[in-house]
Amino acid sequence: MSDLLILNGRVIDPANRVDEARDLLLRDGKVAAVEKPGSLKDVEAAETIDAAGLVVAPGLIDVHVHLREPGQTYKETIATGTAAAAAGGFTTVVAMPNTLPVNDSVAGLEWMLAPERGAVVKLFAMPAATLGSMGATLTDFAALHAAGALGFTDDGKPVLEDEIMRAALIAAARLGVPVSQHAEDTHLTGGCSMNAGPVAFRLGLRGMTVEAESRIVERDIRLLREIEKSEGLHPHLHVQHVSTGRALEAIREARQQGLHVTCEAAPHHFTLTDEAVGDYDTNAKMNPPLRAEADRQAVLSGLADGTVDCIATDHAPHAAHEKEQEFERAPNGITGLETALGLALRVLHKGQGLALGRIIALMSAAPAGIVSLADRGSLKTGNWGDVVVFDPAAEWSFAAKDSRSKSRNTPFDGAAMSGRVKATISEGRVVFRG
Amino acid sequence: MTQASQDPKQATKLNGRRAYAGGSLLSVTHLSLEQVSGILNVTVQLERMDHAERSRMLAGRRIALLFYESSTRTRTSFELAAKSLGATTTLVSDKSSSIEKGESLKDTGLTLRALGAEAIILRHPSSGAPFLLARETGLPILNAGDGMHEHPSQALLDARTMLMRLPGRDATVATAKSLEGVTVVITGDILHSRVARSNALLLPRLGAKVLLCGPEPLLPASALGLGPGVEIVRDFDEALGRAQVLMMLRIQKERLAGLELDLADYIARYQLNGERLAAGAPDALVLHPGPMIRGLEITGDVADGPNSAIERQVSNGLAVRSALLLRAFGVGGFESVIA
Repeated sequence: MSDLLILNGRVIDPANRVDEARDLLLRDGKVAAVEKPGSLKDVEAAETIDAAGLVVAPGLIDVHVHLREPGQTYKETIATGTAAAAAGGFTTVVAMPNTLPVNDSVAGLEWMLAPERGAVVKLFAMPAATLGSMGATLTDFAALHAAGALGFTDDGKPVLEDEIMRAALIAAARLGVPVSQHAEDTHLTGGCSMNAGPVAFRLGLRGMTVEAESRIVERDIRLLREIEKSEGLHPHLHVQHVSTGRALEAIREARQQGLHVTCEAAPHHFTLTDEAVGDYDTNAKMNPPLRAEADRQAVLSGLADGTVDCIATDHAPHAAHEKEQEFERAPNGITGLETALGLALRVLHKGQGLALGRIIALMSAAPAGIVSLADRGSLKTGNWGDVVVFDPAAEWSFAAKDSRSKSRNTPFDGAAMSGRVKATISEGRVVFRG
Repeated sequence: MTQASQDPKQATKLNGRRAYAGGSLLSVTHLSLEQVSGILNVTVQLERMDHAERSRMLAGRRIALLFYESSTRTRTSFELAAKSLGATTTLVSDKSSSIEKGESLKDTGLTLRALGAEAIILRHPSSGAPFLLARETGLPILNAGDGMHEHPSQALLDARTMLMRLPGRDATVATAKSLEGVTVVITGDILHSRVARSNALLLPRLGAKVLLCGPEPLLPASALGLGPGVEIVRDFDEALGRAQVLMMLRIQKERLAGLELDLADYIARYQLNGERLAAGAPDALVLHPGPMIRGLEITGDVADGPNSAIERQVSNGLAVRSALLLRAFGVGGFESVIA
């Protein structure tokens, strides 16, 4: 069948503690061999990639993307969003449920995951935790799980009611999947469009406080503790896009107490601060908002010390006409799939000195672990042949106009990137070449 | 004083990345001291100019007033200023236009430009809206108040009022020492006030000290981020003792957004009345950007009393806004603005 050889590269596979020169053979979509250089020279492959001077790593996994299909295909489709993912080195993405209609049914989930949608890389989904993400009635977790749900979330909104969140955590725990929470106490954020603080004051914009995030994280941790006591379950809370030191502190403490809490950080939160709003740049508007420097530093520390489990983009495309509005009216969110690796390598590797292997783990093995993808996120023989090949030394500037996404809403147009994707291979097929 | 040709694409780089037409006034922070000085100077020249000459300055030019919020002083003074310079004006308000049908600010701006508007004066409830309009239309935009952000023309006319009324000052120029030794106390609903922000951003650059005064819910500590020369003093009577200028602000009920305020307590602590003025700052100049709520933040005897320069502020509004319109078109001494 179809063989693909990737030769002469530096294979970095954190899950298997590999960081050395290796040749890689993908066969029938799976990893068939990872061998010392030269030992696969007799294999006759249909295609060979020379990865000399390049890093060969497990394909990146993003547990938090918005692909806008169904319902808002003018912003993005599954085909264009996953093409952007491939260009960014991602081989697996997890679609959030805030589509139109909300992905809250087996039929909706199956439609989204169907081959007809044209996903370029492996697509999974987290359906809504509550019907219509209205926060009132749980969706059918068991049926959705059987249909492929990796977890449950009302992302874009928090599950606010204690009793509903408790029920969601219990139902998800019985299935062994996480509840992924957008931590925002919306009682505290009405009318707010950026981070609270001196920048918001100067710009005359109402600000979201740090507490609006940390209060929900603290509440959810309290629920975990109560459920462990009363139900004997070990529920898994995944905190999305952590942006504040205070929420990270709560997560750190909960984990020390043995609770199952994981969290993700977005590249924009470890790269930018609320100063980036500048002259009301709506491409610097997202939720949670860009925070103060102290919180950015806290996210960086969390990434360095392991409190932050993984990097996720919160890729959130919006059409130009939606972002060309008054700052307070413009929708939240930025695209992120094509800039994540370049920012992570620039800010975390070059800037903070995090090892390449650590960054790859944060973007592959770690997210695979969070959503229990046993056969992805590492280059173990028999795993899916999901691979990213990148040039770690390449310095370049991202140009939004070249994006594969349907939308251009990024604050990183023209921004410096470190490391460039040369090839993305999804289940043994080359889906992107740079 | 010739009319410079107006090219909407003529633009100035700000912050190294965004371009706005040179005659725009979006924020007082965009003005150099030299430019403030130029505005004050032209204001004086315009006041001295005879009516006929003034009415030729912008003859045949077209100015749109785009108002998404109600206004008496600002709208009327901009409109009278434009007319006194000979310009044709048109007023578009959100209540009687396609804005009610959902037309965006961008499209409204492009429509006005297509109809021949050469400059737009914008009042809008959303902070930053003038930046959007300036980016999308390329026209000179005068910010006539945007949400809780800024009201630059108000700060300029307030500065002029202070320079005219305080002893030993020169109202024809602006330097870093123009208001040296002057402490301006701005009291009241600072959080929601674009007047407070513009003044707190401008006056320290003219040498003044700005004390912000009010209760925490209306004056968060983050206000200190407005910059050096700004201080927070919670006790009004303490602030009075240091004041040469008292600027009183209205409680903006329309922007309180659920904030509960004990008005009786507020009045007891922050109202400027005759007794308090006489005791704390008998010689201070009293300003109010309007609209005033007599009996709340200020009493009638103070507003109408000898310390008050409130009507002077209004008439200065007309003069300063005339100068800003010339600046928008790059004429009458402002040729270099759009060059």
